[in-house]
Amino acid sequence: MSEALQGFASRVRTERGWWVAGGVVVGALIYPFIVETLQVLPLIGDFVPRTGSMVVMLVFTMMALGLNVVVGYAGLLDLGYVAFYAAGAYTAGWFASLQFEQVTFHFGSTVSNDLPGIHISMWFVLAAAGIFTTIVGIIIGLPTLRLRGDYLAIVTLGFGEIVPQFVRNADESGLGFDLTNGTYGITPIDSLGFGSFVLRDQQNKDDLYYWTAIGLILFTVFCCIRLRDSRLGRAWIAIREDETAAAAMGIPLMRTKTWSYAIGAFFGGIAGAFYSSFRAGAFPADFFFNVSIFILCMVILGGIGSIWGVLAGGMILGYLNIEGLSTIGAKVQDAGLDFDPTKYNFGIYGFIIVAMMLFRPTGLIPERRHKIELAEGVRDSPFYDVQTEGTLTDRDPSDN
Amino acid sequence: MATAIAALQRVRSSSLIDLIGLVLLTSLLLWVVVKFFEDPTRFLNVAVIGLTTGAIYGLVALGYTLVYGILQLINFAHGDVFALSGLVASTIILSVLGLDEDTSAIIVVLGLLATLAVTMPLFAVVNAGIERVAYKPLRHAPRLAALITAVGMSFIVQNVALALYGVDFESVPNFIPRTAAIDIGGVVIQWNKLAVFMIVIPVLLAMTWFVRSTRQGKGMRAVAQDTEAAAMMGINVNRTISVTFFLAGSLAAVAGLVYLLQFNVRYDTGFELGLIAFTAAVLGGIGNLTGAVLGGLCIGLVQAFNEGLDGTPGGDWTRSLVFGILIAVLVFRPEGILGERTPEGA
Repeated sequence: MSEALQGFASRVRTERGWWVAGGVVVGALIYPFIVETLQVLPLIGDFVPRTGSMVVMLVFTMMALGLNVVVGYAGLLDLGYVAFYAAGAYTAGWFASLQFEQVTFHFGSTVSNDLPGIHISMWFVLAAAGIFTTIVGIIIGLPTLRLRGDYLAIVTLGFGEIVPQFVRNADESGLGFDLTNGTYGITPIDSLGFGSFVLRDQQNKDDLYYWTAIGLILFTVFCCIRLRDSRLGRAWIAIREDETAAAAMGIPLMRTKTWSYAIGAFFGGIAGAFYSSFRAGAFPADFFFNVSIFILCMVILGGIGSIWGVLAGGMILGYLNIEGLSTIGAKVQDAGLDFDPTKYNFGIYGFIIVAMMLFRPTGLIPERRHKIELAEGVRDSPFYDVQTEGTLTDRDPSDN
Repeated sequence: MATAIAALQRVRSSSLIDLIGLVLLTSLLLWVVVKFFEDPTRFLNVAVIGLTTGAIYGLVALGYTLVYGILQLINFAHGDVFALSGLVASTIILSVLGLDEDTSAIIVVLGLLATLAVTMPLFAVVNAGIERVAYKPLRHAPRLAALITAVGMSFIVQNVALALYGVDFESVPNFIPRTAAIDIGGVVIQWNKLAVFMIVIPVLLAMTWFVRSTRQGKGMRAVAQDTEAAAMMGINVNRTISVTFFLAGSLAAVAGLVYLLQFNVRYDTGFELGLIAFTAAVLGGIGNLTGAVLGGLCIGLVQAFNEGLDGTPGGDWTRSLVFGILIAVLVFRPEGILGERTPEGA
């Protein structure tokens, strides 16, 4: 009897969850139409973000969802996620701008056909950026994922520092070939669009980019849910909880970890390419270590491993970063206090990280299983070194 | 017999990676030797610069390695504590003591000692305070949690420095002359570089004595080896951890002062230098004190050679080079130069 009741209760709960999700999606879709009404509301009106800001928030939230695959599902701390963001942005720069003037190649582009450079339709470039970044992720992952925990963190941090320095230096004087246009960055990058319908030239370009971003977020969330429940996703969670036991159960550690890295990179790449198209450029000043931490902070604030949590965390922090802090700062200064919160934004994020870790390590919207892990603890230290021994399934039979 | 077979297997399985690593290392050393014979004077002068910077890296690296040895935690905030200590030292030297280029040598020496007498205890307490507030509650949480917290603390300390000192670089006048103290056939060691060694070497000796010979130092090593066993032997683990952070903080304060004598300091100096110092600690073998200093000197030399000799990628690529080394070390020899291969190691 009670089982039937529980089953009914859980069904109601999931159905209510779907209603909430549907409501949020509908609200998000009509946001550009109601934003002006919201902005004139008393008290809260000043805090309502513009549609253009919403695009940026969504882009960073998408990256946070990608990072969540690595940090949340597989439990690998990646402190160099900015490398994937940069890789995606520069893929867009290479395939949809005037960067390579030596060649003229057009394929479904939105710009006039006699412009030099490679111009491939941004829609394909988004996909290409995802694939290229996935490859970058695998290349970075293969040598480093043998390492455990904190060593992995520091190596990804190293890559996160190398990639921005590379794009800053990879021009005529640094590399002998102008790959990234050095400190100036690549600009202009083509707009999204279909033939003569160019998103950037439209009156309501922010709205159009916003709806595209919503589409990308929905795609990402769908992938994240399906991945989480897939065989691969369950393998990630097993590795996160107990690497040794996972290996003993026959999960190939290296391959599974590399997949998490690659898929996390994939979303970062798409987000990077999309953002560079929105801003019409890829600038090396955007790719610094703090961005990695900022995205990590979104994941932590929302709830490590929880899709809805990361969505919320990403939107909150994205909002604070792009509009919120300056709005609050203006209010504070109106009140006569000389304090500029935008100057200390990373101090504030650092504080959020520490406070969350100390007082609510599961995040705003915790993932159920992760909550249990934190309450009961996990076996962090292995019985034997899986790395040098290889996994049980991968071990070469001739070794014995 | 069984262990012998296992050992053999390990040798066979890792020989390829070891071989590649060995080839890389040999070619690097060959390159250094070739550069030496091309222009020995210039090479040695560059090497002096490298060793000076390397000594500072070594000091900061010690802080990382001490803490890692005991808690297996990369204390990201350490670099920022170092930078903040440099900033505070600049205030003491400029505003409180008012040293400048005309001050006599004795006063300068006394002034620097007085600065250390203030900053060392101050940042020892700050560092231990960070441990108490941020890391201690997480001692039984997954290691990832403490690591993330350390990153957060790093940003907090950095922003404290930003709030106190703003975005400008702080520097001190050249009250230590930049004239040659030692000149052997064109190889010059300036006074201000010599001063670095005159501060760093006694500090290192004192620290070695502390860790090797005192009761508390022995306790630290025991806790690093096996926390539970140490606790059963009656060692106060909490106090030992606090002492470790004390020691690391005071070393950071020394490094901050020494760095200030050579370069400019800003609120975000500590972040990059901290990463380099951490690389040095990994290169030397994390948890190994001698290794940290050795690694620091190596990284300092690499940086100086890269920036000072011909036929190198040049200063624009220093950071990539240093992190390339870090990645290469972790791939080819995760235990570092002097570390031991442990089951936990990397």
